[in-house]
Amino acid sequence: MSPFAEYAISALLLFGGAFTLIGAIGLARLPDFYTRLHGPTKATTVGVGAIMLSSVIYFSAMGEDIGISEILITVFLLMTAPVSANMLAKAAMHIGVKTMEGTEGKPWEQ
Amino acid sequence: MFDRLSFPQPWLSLILFATWQILSDGVSGGSVVLGLILAWVIPQITHGFWPERPAFVKTWRMPGYILRVLKDIIVASFSVAWLILSPRTPRPAFISYPLTLDHPLAISILASTISLTPGTVSADVSDDNQTLLIHALDAGSDQEVIDAIYNSYEKPLMEMFK
Repeated sequence: MSPFAEYAISALLLFGGAFTLIGAIGLARLPDFYTRLHGPTKATTVGVGAIMLSSVIYFSAMGEDIGISEILITVFLLMTAPVSANMLAKAAMHIGVKTMEGTEGKPWEQ
Repeated sequence: MFDRLSFPQPWLSLILFATWQILSDGVSGGSVVLGLILAWVIPQITHGFWPERPAFVKTWRMPGYILRVLKDIIVASFSVAWLILSPRTPRPAFISYPLTLDHPLAISILASTISLTPGTVSADVSDDNQTLLIHALDAGSDQEVIDAIYNSYEKPLMEMFK
């Protein structure tokens, strides 16, 4: 494997790992349910994306298949993440989870 | 009776079939058979959930839109990461976003985009498809968020679905 590919893979892995960690910190640190929804579903989008990209580069550089399945996994993730975030938010609104102090506006009642 | 044996959405079936071939280890007799079965069964089951196709979609505008969303995801990720690591408490807000789009497919693309870009989650659509409830993690003012979403996502989508 060329040194360039190795540097690219390491950089992407570190970058992705850092973002996933920040997402997890957000889950622990943010004050209420709705704000916590942002940490894991968002910061991890970039985290997983970067890790997938490094996997694609790794397998391409090893001379095996170009990793189409990794790209597909990322696409599936990007398609399903908003749906699960939406379902979580809807469920929280339905059972009336409390919002943190200083939240502007209110969830609807329908 | 033969209606039940047809492919109600040929494009969806084609995409499912191709995706299955890519996911399985090389194209073989088995993967083709299973791919055909999936390409037939899944559209049949999900048929009732699909909204009616819009009359005309400018699909060639889609790649540009996706690139813009990817760029926004990366840029906004940094600001959310910064917000999580900084000691100040965020100022979250529920924002009612007035929709100009009317096609259900367009609305769901907009809602997904809003959820994907860090800092905002779309929480609900009103029953009459007129308003979108958005939860923003750190909103300066409602109008700022609404304008940003309108200019960068809703306008291009309106172009696409006109």
